[in-house]
Order: sequence, then C-alpha cells, then structure tokens
Amino acid sequence: MLTLDEVTITQDDFTLRADFRINAGARVAIIGPSGAGKSTLVGAIAGFVPLAQGRVLWEGARIDTLPPAKRPLSILFQDNNLLPHLTVFDNVALGVNPNLRLSAPQRASVLHALEQVGLEGFETRKPAQLSGGQISRTALARVLLRARPLIVLDEPFAALGPALKAEMLDLVEGIAAQNRATVLMITHDPEDARRLCPETIVVARGETQGPTPTDVLLADPPPDLAEYLGHS
Amino acid sequence: MIWRIEPKALLWAAVLVAAALVLVNLGALGAVISRSEHGATLTPADWAAARFTVTQALWSAALSVLLAIPVARALARRRFFGRGLLVVLMGAPFILPSLVAITGLLAVFGRNGLFNEALALLGIAPIRIYGLHGVVLAHVFFNLPLSVRLILQGWARVPAEHQRLSASLGFGAWARFRHIEAPMLTRVVPGALAVVFLICLTSFAVALILGGGPRATTLELAIYQAFRFDFDLGRAAILALLQAAIGAAALLILARLTLPDSGISGLDRTAPPPPGGLARLLDASSIAMAALFLLVPLTLVVLRGAPYILGLPAPVWLALWQSLKVATLSVGLLALMSAALTLAGLHRRWPEGLGMAALIASPMVIGTGLFILIHPISDPAHWALPVTAFVNAAMALPFALRALLPAARRAEADFARLSLSLGLSWRAHLRLVLWPRLRRPAGFALALGAALSLGDLGVIVLFAQTGGETLPMQMQRLMGAYRTGDAAGAALLLLIVALAGFVLVERLIGGRNADA
Repeated sequence: MLTLDEVTITQDDFTLRADFRINAGARVAIIGPSGAGKSTLVGAIAGFVPLAQGRVLWEGARIDTLPPAKRPLSILFQDNNLLPHLTVFDNVALGVNPNLRLSAPQRASVLHALEQVGLEGFETRKPAQLSGGQISRTALARVLLRARPLIVLDEPFAALGPALKAEMLDLVEGIAAQNRATVLMITHDPEDARRLCPETIVVARGETQGPTPTDVLLADPPPDLAEYLGHS
Repeated sequence: MIWRIEPKALLWAAVLVAAALVLVNLGALGAVISRSEHGATLTPADWAAARFTVTQALWSAALSVLLAIPVARALARRRFFGRGLLVVLMGAPFILPSLVAITGLLAVFGRNGLFNEALALLGIAPIRIYGLHGVVLAHVFFNLPLSVRLILQGWARVPAEHQRLSASLGFGAWARFRHIEAPMLTRVVPGALAVVFLICLTSFAVALILGGGPRATTLELAIYQAFRFDFDLGRAAILALLQAAIGAAALLILARLTLPDSGISGLDRTAPPPPGGLARLLDASSIAMAALFLLVPLTLVVLRGAPYILGLPAPVWLALWQSLKVATLSVGLLALMSAALTLAGLHRRWPEGLGMAALIASPMVIGTGLFILIHPISDPAHWALPVTAFVNAAMALPFALRALLPAARRAEADFARLSLSLGLSWRAHLRLVLWPRLRRPAGFALALGAALSLGDLGVIVLFAQTGGETLPMQMQRLMGAYRTGDAAGAALLLLIVALAGFVLVERLIGGRNADA
C-alpha cells in the first residue's frame, strides 16, 4: 500500500496538500487542470520534490527519506526517458546495472525484456532512429526489467496518437500484471483513465480528492473536474 | 533536492583552478603596482597610447558590427551554393593566427599589394596601410566574421512564425525592419559591439606590425617596447597599470550588457527571402564583398608562401617544435581548468564568473607582472614555455566555458532526474550521461584553444630568448628582417599548423555525433 500521510508540498507561493492511500496492485489515474500540481505530486513520491510536511510510506515503511533510486518505484517522464547517445540495449540495461557492466544473465534479461515489448532486433539502434512508439516501448522495457512494485507515469505517451497511446496503455497493463505492480498515472484525457485505471485521484485547488472509482467520478464529476472536462 | 553528492575532490580542483587564476591576476597586478611606484610617471606618449588603444577599439567595433549587419541579413535569408562553406569560413578568422591574416592583408593593401597595383594602373597614388586605418582594417578582418556569426544567431532566433507573418501581412522593407529586424538588432548589436571592443582593447600583434610610432601604438605594444628597447620595467609596469585600469573600466561598463553566446548552433535556419530586385542586389553584393574581403588575403598567403615553405631555414622548424610544445601544454591546462570549472559550475554560479574573467588583466599585463616576479629569482627565459602556455589557456578559457557550460547545464536539466531514478553513481553519471553530451563542445573548445595557442604572438616576446622562439615569434623576426620569402613561407606554415591543430583536436576529442 502507498500512503501519503498528511503531505504538504510548498514551492514559492504554491501549496499542495495530499492525504490518501492506494492499495497494492491498484491502478490509479491522477487527473486535474494543468498547473494544479499533478507532476509536483508525482515528483514528491518519486523523490524529486521535497516535502514540507508529512510522510510517504510504502507497505508501512517510510520512503520519502530515500534517494530516488532506492524507492520502490519506476518512473517515466514526459520526455528524455532515454539517453540519446546510448543504444536501445544500453538504455534498457541501465535498469539492471547503472554502470553498464553486465553479467551474462543480466544481458539475457535485457534481451528478454526487449523481446517482450516487441523490440527484438532493435538492440543496436539509437533513439534518433526510433519512432515515438518504439521510444516508449524501450522505456517500458526498462520498467519491466526493473520490476519495481510501483510504476509512476508522468504522461509519457502524451505526444502519441490515440491508437498508439492505447497500445502503450495495454502494454503497461500487461507489465503491471506480470510484475504485480501498482500503477499511478497522470493523464489529462478521461479516456486514458477509463482504459487503464479503475480508480482516479483528482488534483485541484491545492488538494487531492480520492481515489474514487473512475466510472462514478466521470459520470458525476465534482465542480472543479466538471469545469476542466468541459461539462457544465 | 540534490541527492547525488559530488566528489569533494572535484570542488577542490575547481577551487585550485580559481585560486591559480586569481593569484596570477592579482600577483601580476601587485607586482606591476609595486614596481610602478619607483619613479616613472606617465609621459604624453603614454597618454597617446591610451587614447589610441580606446580609439582604435571603438572604430574597430563600430565598423565590424555595422558592416556585419547586411552580410548577416543576406546570409539569413538567402540560400545559395556555398552558403554553408561561407558560414564555416566566418568562423575561420577566429582561429587564424593574427600574423597570417596580417600577411594576407599586406599582400592586398600593402605597398606592393594588389590594391595599389590596381590603383597604379589607374594612375592613382598608392594608399598606405600603416597607422590607425591599417590597425582598424586588420581588426575588421578578424571581427567582421565574428560579428556576422553573432548577428546571424539573432536572426536565427527570430521565430519562423514572425517571418511568415510578415510575409503573409505583406510587410514592405521598412515595416519588416521596424517590427521584426530592429527589435532583434537592438538586443544583439550592443553585445556584439562589446565583444569586439573588448577583443581589440588588448590588441598586440596587429599594432606591432601595422601600427607603431607615436601615433599608432596601443598600450600592449607600448608595454612591449618599454621592455624590449629600454628594459625599463618601471615604465612597463605603469603602462600595464593603465591598461589594466582601462580594461577594468570597460568591463564594468559593459558588464550591464548581456554578451551573446558564441555558440555554434542555429546558423543554418533561413528566413523567407523578401521580394524585390533591390534587396536581391544588396544581398548579393554584401555576400560577394565579404567573401572577397576574407578569401583574397588568405588565397594570397597560400600562393605567396607555397614556393618557400619547403626551403624554410632550420630556426623556423625549431620554432615550430617549440610552438607544438607550448600548444600541447596549453591544451592540457585548458582541459583541466575548463573541466573543473564546468563540473563545479553545474549547480553554482561562481566558477562561470571566474572563468569568464580569467584574464581580467590583459596578457601583456600578466606577462609583465610575472616577469617582474620571476626576474629576481630565476632567468625568465626558462619560464617562457609554461608562462605562455598558461596565458594561452587562460585566454581560451572564457570561450571554452561558453561552449561547455550551457551544454552541461542542458544535459543536467534533461537527464539528471532519469540518472537519479536509475541510481547512477557520480562516476557513472559522468561517464554515461555528461561526457557523451559534452564531448563535441569539448572538442570544439579544446580545438579553439590549440589554434589560439599555436597562432598567438603575445607574452612569449617578453620571455623568449634566441632559440626559444615560437613559430609566430620567429615569423615576426623574419618580417622584421625583411626576409620576405621566408616570412611568406612561415606564414603558410603557420596557417597550416593552426588549421591542422584545430581539426586534429576537434576530431580526436569531439569524435563523431554520439546520437547518430
């Protein structure tokens, strides 16, 4: 279980309060107007944004004092998930060995992960030679390989077309199922939430609400969300 | 949140570099001040040198930038065969040894140059290149291309939409200038003027060959003359003090202006060409004039030097060996200094400011100061190599940091979170993230340092004795002795060595495009 215990994040004159619990294995969307602090919230969980108050716990153990790599999660950013000067293989291999000095079993595991996301034969390519979908697949192969119990997505597929995005969300679902991972996904598209996440957290006016079942929420959205979604 | 702890050794290295730079600058100034108290006062000739230094720098800056504007505009909005080559050529004078450029200019505008021969055919009296206008001409030769590149970047930063908007609204030449070009120029031009002015303020080699005499002596040249002809350290010291004061005053005034990046990107974007035959004619003639002005002197250096290059006397080859030693040491020092300051400057401001002011006292001031310090305890001739290498490295340091720091900070902004989330150690971060992103700018920066050092005629003349000359210094001796053929051969050799040094270092360090 991921717990945000009376967390307050302060940046200049912006304040966000978050207090919620997410069950292990759940898939939760984070939705809300731009500038409401969705990325800030996720950054605080992943270790890039300091907490002003409160605690973040995973399975009852405090994680907000740990450096990002020691936290039980993999995160995908909006972009720059791959190093442009490294090959697809090396970019994925960073997930098992950050020094890129791999043992034979580790090499095999990287190849296996690439195979599972459908990038067999792309090992020696550089990111500049990949399509947007292939770049996402490479990043997901690394998430698969690291097998952390929590997967955090900060809109990594925002630039993809609808069909490709749906494909990536299905791939995430598969990876999460295989690793029994919890998924936390920022999105600005209610369809994404419906597709992948049974539950949704709303971030608006400096607070978080939920998680609430996504269907219920979208059928009868609270005023802030309704305004954002354009139902009025 | 900064989770990754940088190694203590790195910070210490940066502090050490900083201390060395501050000590050399302050030590030299201190030595100069202590020495200048003994007796010497400023003569009218010294004031004339001060006035000339400022006057020629003002003229050089104004003309370089003014002439650069139409050339940059033409390059920004026209596509033609050889455009890319011309843009590259605009970067060349920066790595061109000043003596080579002067040789080329003399071949065109000198007493027996092409220009005067043409005038003679028309029955017009020859012009003389020596004096203020010769010094300014040479400075324009160096700084016109630099200004073109700086202003071209301003054009490249005008959003393409604005250009298209002006075309779709049917702006005429005046409207386009007023709404699009003038606002951009008011941002870019002051910085370009400042850069050229500062560069010309410490002019030595150009003034040495084309200036001289009571009416065309810069302070840097006057310092050298006080050394060379009178061995009057007191007078050299007081001149050095004056030069340092003018340099500091100029820096203080100009510090308010944002200096443009001397970056290497964005030069290949083009604006839509405006309609109209007049604009086309203006652009074509600007480009042609600029190309001729740059290419003819260089071509003449090659043509006139070629017959003599293989028969150059032994001292020239010895000087080449000396130059290679100085440049190697200088590039090594530059690599150490710029690496330490770049890495320490990722999340701090001071290493950048310090590196940019690496030579706040001018080369000749530093040379004078170090000479005064070394002279009582050791033979300065023994120190010629390390002192020259250090001063050359410090000269190149601001340019190196301008190439490296933005690239390093961009890499950090793009990939620091990724690297943290994957748990890369500091060493792994350096090896796998930073170095691959920095390799190309580092190659460019060190190549620039190599070319600058190979071509520099500066502090070496204060220190070196016969047998210790670098190639530019030996070449200047040949010119002074009117050994025209050998001087022409040496000029070509120097040109080849500087260009080869640049290309070699850039390939060796910079490597191929890592992302391809």
